[in-house]
Amino acid sequence: MNFLLNPLTLVTFFPLLGVLVILFLRPEQKNAARWVALITSLVTFVISLAVLIQFRPADFALQLVVKVPWFTVAEWVIYFHLGIDGLSILMVLLTTLLLALSIVSTWKAVEDRVKEFMVFFLLLEVGMLGVFLAQDLFLFYIFWEFTLVPMYFLIGIWGGPNRMYAAVKFFLYTMAGSILMLLAILWLGIQQGTFEMPELIAKGGIPANLQIWLFLAFAIAFAIKVPMWPLHSWLPDAHVEAPTAGSVILAGILLKMGTYGFLRFNLSLFPQATMQLAPWIAGLAVIGILYGAAVSYAQKDVKKLVAYSSVSHLGFVMLGLFALNAQGVQGGILQMVNHGISTGALFLVVGMIYERRHTREMDAFGGLWKVMPVYAVLTLIISLSSMGLPGLNGFVGEFTILLGAWGAGQPGASLGTPWFAGLAAIGVILAAVYILFMFQKLFLGPVTKDENRNLPDLNWREIVTLAPLIVLIFWIGLYPKPFFDLMGPTVNHLVASIQSAAVAGLP
Amino acid sequence: MSSELWVSMEAILPLIILTLWSCALLLVDVFFLKERKGVTALLAGLGLVVTLVVVIAKTGRPEVGFGGMVVADDFSNFLSVLLLVSGLAGIALAYDYLERIEVKHSEYYILLLFAITGMMLMSMSADLIMIFLALELLSIPLYVLAGIAVPKLASEEASIKYFLLGAFSSGIFVYGTALIYGATGTTSLRGITAAVGTPNFDLTLLLVGSGLILVGLGFKVAVVPFHMWTPDVYHGAPTAVTAFMAVGAKAAGFAALLRVFILAFPSLSTNLTPVLWALAALTMILGNVTAIAQRNIKRMLAYSSIAHAGYILMALVPYGQASVSSSSVASVLFYLVAYAFTSFAAWAVVIAVEQREDKGLELDDYAGMGRKYPALAAVMAVAMLSFTGVPPTLGFVGKFYLFWTVMQGGFVGLALIGVLTSLVSAYYYLRVVVIMYMRDGEPLVRRETWLYLTACIAAVGTVLIGIFSQPLFEWASQAVLKLF
Repeated sequence: MNFLLNPLTLVTFFPLLGVLVILFLRPEQKNAARWVALITSLVTFVISLAVLIQFRPADFALQLVVKVPWFTVAEWVIYFHLGIDGLSILMVLLTTLLLALSIVSTWKAVEDRVKEFMVFFLLLEVGMLGVFLAQDLFLFYIFWEFTLVPMYFLIGIWGGPNRMYAAVKFFLYTMAGSILMLLAILWLGIQQGTFEMPELIAKGGIPANLQIWLFLAFAIAFAIKVPMWPLHSWLPDAHVEAPTAGSVILAGILLKMGTYGFLRFNLSLFPQATMQLAPWIAGLAVIGILYGAAVSYAQKDVKKLVAYSSVSHLGFVMLGLFALNAQGVQGGILQMVNHGISTGALFLVVGMIYERRHTREMDAFGGLWKVMPVYAVLTLIISLSSMGLPGLNGFVGEFTILLGAWGAGQPGASLGTPWFAGLAAIGVILAAVYILFMFQKLFLGPVTKDENRNLPDLNWREIVTLAPLIVLIFWIGLYPKPFFDLMGPTVNHLVASIQSAAVAGLP
Repeated sequence: MSSELWVSMEAILPLIILTLWSCALLLVDVFFLKERKGVTALLAGLGLVVTLVVVIAKTGRPEVGFGGMVVADDFSNFLSVLLLVSGLAGIALAYDYLERIEVKHSEYYILLLFAITGMMLMSMSADLIMIFLALELLSIPLYVLAGIAVPKLASEEASIKYFLLGAFSSGIFVYGTALIYGATGTTSLRGITAAVGTPNFDLTLLLVGSGLILVGLGFKVAVVPFHMWTPDVYHGAPTAVTAFMAVGAKAAGFAALLRVFILAFPSLSTNLTPVLWALAALTMILGNVTAIAQRNIKRMLAYSSIAHAGYILMALVPYGQASVSSSSVASVLFYLVAYAFTSFAAWAVVIAVEQREDKGLELDDYAGMGRKYPALAAVMAVAMLSFTGVPPTLGFVGKFYLFWTVMQGGFVGLALIGVLTSLVSAYYYLRVVVIMYMRDGEPLVRRETWLYLTACIAAVGTVLIGIFSQPLFEWASQAVLKLF
């Protein structure tokens, strides 16, 4: 039973304890449910910090590994296998942090069925942490699919007017992708005799033509989640209908499960297919960057704007990952964190104004700076970070990605042409356009609507919710070294192994 | 008594106990007052428990009886336990329900016991004649049970429809047996295998015969295109009967299919595998697509049960490959357990929501359940997710095992159809969840202890066994089919 005390098991399943406690509360005990959920998520965050302390960044291998046989199918043993390395440590920290902040943000926003809300929220945390930590394909799939269930309920019960449609669309879209992955997982497991990631990578030897198919089966699942253009159409619906906290988690973490999936599984399991398909994926990523930015600009609803901006931002992440060099991948991972922070914060900010005015139409606002100065300043910082202003976190991520993509543009490298980087750079400018446009519409100019004259500024709870994110925005923007250090060795190892595997596979 | 007869008797001891118990109960029942028929239910349940104890005590010792006609092995033990537990669930679901819909026939419980006897015999039969006998023994009580709500027209219609088509399929089964006898000169599964390749053996006759056997049993498990009766019978029969029938008849039918195909027809696999492939694909597609159009929960679940027959049949497709056939057996058994748990959870909720005169059976009647009856709604949600195959439920692990078997056999295309139709099924299963949780309404729900107990045990089992599935995997993979 020692594995239960492993920090990774503990961090993954600790939220279940909170779920159990909340289940025994009466539906009227709303505050009790909130407090239990908050404390649970804070303890989970603390445990994840303990994981960070025990983590040795210089080591590229999996650490703190738990590996216990779970069950046996024929001769195949399926393990309960968790492990952490440079690819997942930041994701785990991001998850535990954002989850706690989201719970604070629901304090006043969720009044209906609080108990169930918190139960689903904590279950979601278990699923997401499991996704980032699982090192057995079967276990990974279980966590991956499981995250659908609580998110489906969060959108469907606490969402906006069109929530049922959005919830079902979200579920079906995501499931459509993942069932193909299930078949690919089964195929891999049966052919290679194991479902363990380290062993599968060590074994390798999948013929290049098969790699393409397996790569695609995994890629569709992840691309829907990211979402990559043209598989993104579930995202605006889900985001617009989801409650604020749901949107924060959806954008902040669930989407990262897609990019993380590419990073963890596609890149290392199918190196040759990765090299071969990199330009295609990068092409879709660039289309996503430009398309997302263009569509964002056209939105009238702030939340939709932020939702579409995710398509654009995650295009950058994908471009970085498939540059397949150390800079690109590191930038991609950092940008995953950045997007979680900035877009998560943007959704929180949108939720705060929605709670006050019950609308998200940009035309309904204007001149808010005069009415809510604190709110305006914080929103400005977050917006600037989202559009990549130097000195803030977004810049560091995007710059590193572009550097990587440019480097991969040399003849013989993964992308083969610098055009990808060149076109993606336009996306940075477009981001400035739609973000500043939004900011101007909401905050600048005179107060045109009477309803907006007496809006209360942020209260302490709301400031506390945003404060950690603001700190991170500056920290990563000014001194990103600790973050790069955490992932560096693992990324370098990954990139080197892809290069050598791809070279070895050449005829 | 000679020792051989003694061994034979020991092999069918559970059946003897169950039969005698039922006969005695039939007599005793007459003396209970009309208002005290609950005692019959209790005694019937006790009979099942006693039999269960005997079955469990007998595990691990394969016994062959009556010159190889009946075999009590790990395979039949597995199914017997499943069937007996399903019988208990069938009684628990009916206890209050029958009274509510004013069915005053306590024969329900006794007929249920007889049907279980037939189903258990079916899992033990190693001879086509024996399978036929078991088929009739399980079918005839089910025909009566389907019509037990007489004079309700729908119930009578269900009964007569089930009877007519059932009689047909039995006839086809017997015809198949006759042809096989013509081809091989025997009806015993061992004999058929031994006869293949001998001078007097006729391959064409055997092929046609095996096809007819497939049709006859395919009818019982509701495989497309022999499924036409299912929606009407499931819909018309009292819901408790439907619940039991959906699980029990399916388990028994697949037991016979597995034993006959793996033991007697492995040499025909080049011819039969494509047929099974097509039937499985057709069943999954048609069952799932048609279920989308249903607004009545009983009909929806009927089509869903057809679809699940397709999933299970999928695992039978690679039955001829020696390295995969043990996976075939184990994955089917595993899935039958998953299907039983999930079904009973779902049907228990259907029974709780059903009102007299067939009210409360529309999907819209479930609106508001999530708020008003959180426990029952949660049970139904778990059942729907498990039917869809979402982790960490038992339904997911079961489907995973089925797909595993199919992929191991190399039928990637069939597995692809399987997962795609699962996606289709997500649509109509989720609709129930959407209605329960995301729409407001005033659902009418019957609260009763046995019903709640069954619902909760089934749902908790669906989740917990799904997560801790190692014992079930072990148990199912022990049930290897061998010739005796």
